[in-house]
Amino acid sequence: MRSVPQGILFCIALAAAGGGAAAAGIDKQDFKQIERGRYLAIVGDCAACHTLPGSGHDYAGGRAIETPFGELLAPNITPDRVTGIGAWTDAEFIDAMTMGTGRNGTHLYPAMPYTYYTKVTREDALAIRAYLNTVPAVQNPVTADQLPFPLNIRTSLIVWNTLFFTPGEFRPRADKSEEWNRGAYLAEGLGHCGLCHTPKNLLGGDKTSERLQGYALQGWFAADITNDRRRGLGDWSVDEIASYLKSGHGRNTFGTGLMAETIGQSTSHMTDADLKAIAAYLKDPANSRDNESRNQSPVASDQTDMKIGARIYMDECAGCHAADGKGSAGLFPTLAGSTIVQQADPTSLMHVVLRGARSVATSQAPTAPAMPQFAWVLTDDQVAAVLTYIRNSWGNSAPAVNADNARKARHDFAERGD
Amino acid sequence: MARKLPRKDAVIIGLGWTGSILAHTLCDAGLDVVAIERGPWRDTASDFQISYAQDELRYRLQHELFLRPAQTSVTFRNNASQTALPVRNWGAFMLGNGVGGGGVHWNAETFRFLPTDFIARSHLTQRYGEKFLPEDMTIQDWGITYDDLEPHYDQFEYLCGTSGTAGNLQGKIQDGGNPFEGARSRPYPTPAQKQGYGHTLFAEAAKQLGYKPYPQPSGNLSRAYTNPLGVSLGQCTFCGFCEWFGCANYSKATPQTTILPVLLRNPNFEARTECEVMRINLDNTGKRATGVTYVDSSGEEFEQPADLVLLCAFQLFNVQLLLLSGIGTPYDPQTGKGQIGRNFTHQTISTAVGFFDKDKYNFNPFIASGSIGFCIDEFNGDNFDHSQLGFVGGGYIGQVRTNGRPLESMAVPPGTPAWGAKWKQALRDNYLSSVICGAACHASFYSYRDVYLDLDPTYKDRFGRPLLRMTIDFHDNEIKMSAFLTDKYAEILQKMGAKQVVKQPRKGPYDVTDYQTSHLCGGAIMGDNPGNSALNRYLQSWDVPNLFVQGASAYPQNAGYNPTGTVGALAFWSAAAIRSQYLKNPGPLVHA
Repeated sequence: MRSVPQGILFCIALAAAGGGAAAAGIDKQDFKQIERGRYLAIVGDCAACHTLPGSGHDYAGGRAIETPFGELLAPNITPDRVTGIGAWTDAEFIDAMTMGTGRNGTHLYPAMPYTYYTKVTREDALAIRAYLNTVPAVQNPVTADQLPFPLNIRTSLIVWNTLFFTPGEFRPRADKSEEWNRGAYLAEGLGHCGLCHTPKNLLGGDKTSERLQGYALQGWFAADITNDRRRGLGDWSVDEIASYLKSGHGRNTFGTGLMAETIGQSTSHMTDADLKAIAAYLKDPANSRDNESRNQSPVASDQTDMKIGARIYMDECAGCHAADGKGSAGLFPTLAGSTIVQQADPTSLMHVVLRGARSVATSQAPTAPAMPQFAWVLTDDQVAAVLTYIRNSWGNSAPAVNADNARKARHDFAERGD
Repeated sequence: MARKLPRKDAVIIGLGWTGSILAHTLCDAGLDVVAIERGPWRDTASDFQISYAQDELRYRLQHELFLRPAQTSVTFRNNASQTALPVRNWGAFMLGNGVGGGGVHWNAETFRFLPTDFIARSHLTQRYGEKFLPEDMTIQDWGITYDDLEPHYDQFEYLCGTSGTAGNLQGKIQDGGNPFEGARSRPYPTPAQKQGYGHTLFAEAAKQLGYKPYPQPSGNLSRAYTNPLGVSLGQCTFCGFCEWFGCANYSKATPQTTILPVLLRNPNFEARTECEVMRINLDNTGKRATGVTYVDSSGEEFEQPADLVLLCAFQLFNVQLLLLSGIGTPYDPQTGKGQIGRNFTHQTISTAVGFFDKDKYNFNPFIASGSIGFCIDEFNGDNFDHSQLGFVGGGYIGQVRTNGRPLESMAVPPGTPAWGAKWKQALRDNYLSSVICGAACHASFYSYRDVYLDLDPTYKDRFGRPLLRMTIDFHDNEIKMSAFLTDKYAEILQKMGAKQVVKQPRKGPYDVTDYQTSHLCGGAIMGDNPGNSALNRYLQSWDVPNLFVQGASAYPQNAGYNPTGTVGALAFWSAAAIRSQYLKNPGPLVHA
C-alpha cells in the first residue's frame, strides 16, 4: 500500500467510501440506525476523549489522554475529510475501532480501547459510524502522538497486540440469561469498564486474571467492581448498581473524579434496562473473591492510630458523615460498610481527603455535594490515622494507611495539573 | 458605547432568592433567561467549606460575604432637615452581594405574615375607628390576601424544607404550633428543630404565664430533606454559624441548596456575575422596557435586550434602579404624591438580657442554629387589643438565641468595667448562664409620610449615578410598641428564673450603625391602583407592564415577622401569574 502514489490512494479511498456506504447499508436517512448509533456513542463514551471540554466542538478531538507512558491527544472523529474521518471508508472505521488499526495500517495506541471495542458487533460499529457522519464536520488537525522515543514507534504495538489483544466479536454464552449476555456485551465491549477497573501489567496490558479488581490511575483508584462483598459490589443489589450508574449517587458512594465524567456523559443517559443488564453481569456469583476478603481482619481499635483517628474523625468528619459513619442520604456518603472505603488501595480516599472532590450532578440527583479539601488542615500522620480509623470502624476492615502513603499522595497530587 | 447583545426572552437583575425562583419558573416554561448579578459566583462546595466556614472574624466582623461600601453605598439621614451622609461601613442592616444574595447569609427564619397584615389599614380602621391611626401613618392594604398567597407560602416552604410545627391546619388549631397563624393547607415539610435548654426554659415560662409558645419556623433543617426539585439538604448540626455566614453542611435553605443546582442544568439559563446593571432601558413611549444596560468587571458596557425585565435586586437597589431608569414617579414627601421611594420601612427590634445564677444554669449557648428557639405571638400584629395602648402593630417575642460565638456573644452585667481582670471574670461568670438574644422582640415598622427613599443630590457612585438616600426615623408608635414588647419579654425572663434582667427597648433616633436586621422594605409597593402603589398585585409595574419588581420593596409596611417567607411566596405568586397569564397575553394583568 505504501508504494501506491498518494493521488491514486485518495481515489481509492473515495471510491471505497462511496461503495462502502452502499454495500454496508449506511443510509444517510436511516433514522433508526443513526439514533441507535447516537445511543451507542453515549454507551461507548466516545465524547469523553474525543471532545475537548469547553471547546464547543463535539468529537473534534484534541483532549489530552493521560497514560502511564505519556500523553496522547485524542483525534478528530468528525466527518471533516482532511482533519477528521470523513474520508475514511466504513471498513477503515471498523478496523480502527475494533482492531486498533488506523488507515494505511498504522497501529493505534490502546488508550483507544479497541481491546474492548473489538467485542462490538459490526452492525453496532456501523451504527456509530452512521451517527458520527451526522455531527458537524470540524476542521481541527490533531497530532495524536505526543509520546517520547522509543514509545512513539508504533510498530512496537504489533508485539503488544500479540501479547495482550484478543480480537473478536462478543460471543453470547448459552448458559446465561439474555440480560446477562446484554450486560456482558456492554461492559466488556463498548462500556470498556475494565480500561480503568482492571489492573494493568507493566506494559499497560490487562491482568486478565484480576479482571475488574480495581486499578490506580490519574490520581484515583478505580474501585473493585467484582461481586466481592467487602471491596466490590457484593452487598449492592442490581437495582442499587443501576440506580448509581443512572444518578451518580448510591448509599455509600457518590461518583467523583473520572467516574463522575463517565456517569455524567455516559451511564446517566443509558436506558434502565441496559444499566440493569450491566449490574446483573457484574453481580455474577462467579465474579467474587469473598473468601479472600472475608479474612481481612480489622486494625485493632486500641492501636494508637485508631485512637488518634477516632478523635480527628469526631472533630473534622462527624459533622457530616455522623458519629456512626452513616452519613446523610443524597449528601454525605455512608462510610460504614462502604466498599469505596475498604478498597485495597486507599488512593481515592487520600484524594478526597487531601484535595476534596465534587460528586456528579445528574437529573436524578442534581445536588452535587462536595467533600472539602483537608490538605491544609491535616498532617500526613493525621490523614493516615483518620483513614485507618474509617477503614477499620463500624464493621469496616481494610489495611492501615501509613504516613508514607499520605506523604506520597500529597506529593503526587501537587504534581498533577488537574 | 454599549455593545448590543442578542435578545433574550427575559433578563433578571440580581440572582438571589427571587431571581432564582423567577428564573426557574420561566426557564421551565421554555423561556431563554439571563440573570445579571453584581457580585461573585457563590457555591457551597467551593465557597463555604466546613474547614473554615465558621470563621467569626472573617465573616461576622470583616463582612466577607457582603457588598463593599467602596463599590456602592447609600446615604442616610433621620429627617428632611438634615444633610444625608454616605454609609461607609454597614451597621443597621447588611447588604448581601453575589449569587444567592441575602439568601446566603440569612438566619433562615421562615415565617408567614398574619392574614390581617395584608389588610392592615382596613382591618385596623374597622376595629378601632377611622381616627385611631396616627395622621402621618401611611399604612395600606396590599391588594392581595393571605388566601391568595397560601399556596405559594406552601411552595416556598416545601422548596426550603422548612422545619416547624403547624398551629393552624386547614382551620383546625394544633397543639404546639402558633394558634394565631393563618390556616395552612398542610404541615411543614419537616418537624421542628430540637431545642436548646435556654429555649426550652423560655417555652415553659411562657406557658406558665398563659402564652402559647411555638418553635420558630426554621430553614435550618431538623432532618435531611429532598425537595420537589430533587435537591437534597442535610440535617443542621447546631454549629451556631448561620447569619453572616454561608452554611457548609447544606442544611440551611438558600438558593444554592434548594434551586440553583437544578437551574444550572437548564440550558435555557445563563448567569453573568460581577456585572452591574446601570439602568433599565425604555422605548420612546416610556411604557415598555427594552432590556438593561450593564457593565462588567472590565468596565465594558453591554446592552442586553429582553422582552421581559425582572427586577430582583435587594430592596434598596430595586428602588434606586427604578429612580435611575425614570420608571414611575418619584415620591414627594411634601405632597404625598408619587410612588417610587414611598412607604420605606425597616423593623423594630429590641431585647432584654437575662443574667442567671451561674451555679444553677448552664445554657451552652453555642449549641444553636439561625432560627432555633420558641416564640409567642400573643403580641404580634393585631392579635391583641390595642384600643388602650396608644400604638398599633406588634411582633413576636421569643428566646431565639442563635449562637454563642466568642467574639460577639459577650454579655456582662451593667457596671462591669469594659476591660481588664474584672471584665474577664464577669464574662467567665456569665457566658454560660446568661440569655442574650439580639432580636427577642421582633416587631413591625409601619410606614409614614416622612420615611422614604430618593436620589441623593450630592453623593454619586463610581459611574456618576446618584446614591440612594434614606430618610428614616422611628415614630412614637414604634417606640411605645417596643417598650411594651420589651416589658413582656422581660417578664418571661424573670419567670425563667433570671436574677437580673436588663431591658433594651428600641429608642430613637434611628441609628444606622446599630444592627437591627436586614429587613428593609417598601419603596416600590404593591397595591390595588396606580394612585397608591408602584406595582399591581402581581408585582407588575403599573407604568411599564413588561417589568416585574420582586422582593420586600413591594411591602406597603413591614409586619412583625422576618420577611423572607413572604418574599419567597410573592415570588412564586408573581411567577405563576407571569407563566399562566402574562406569557399568553403580554400586557397589564390588572387594568387600572
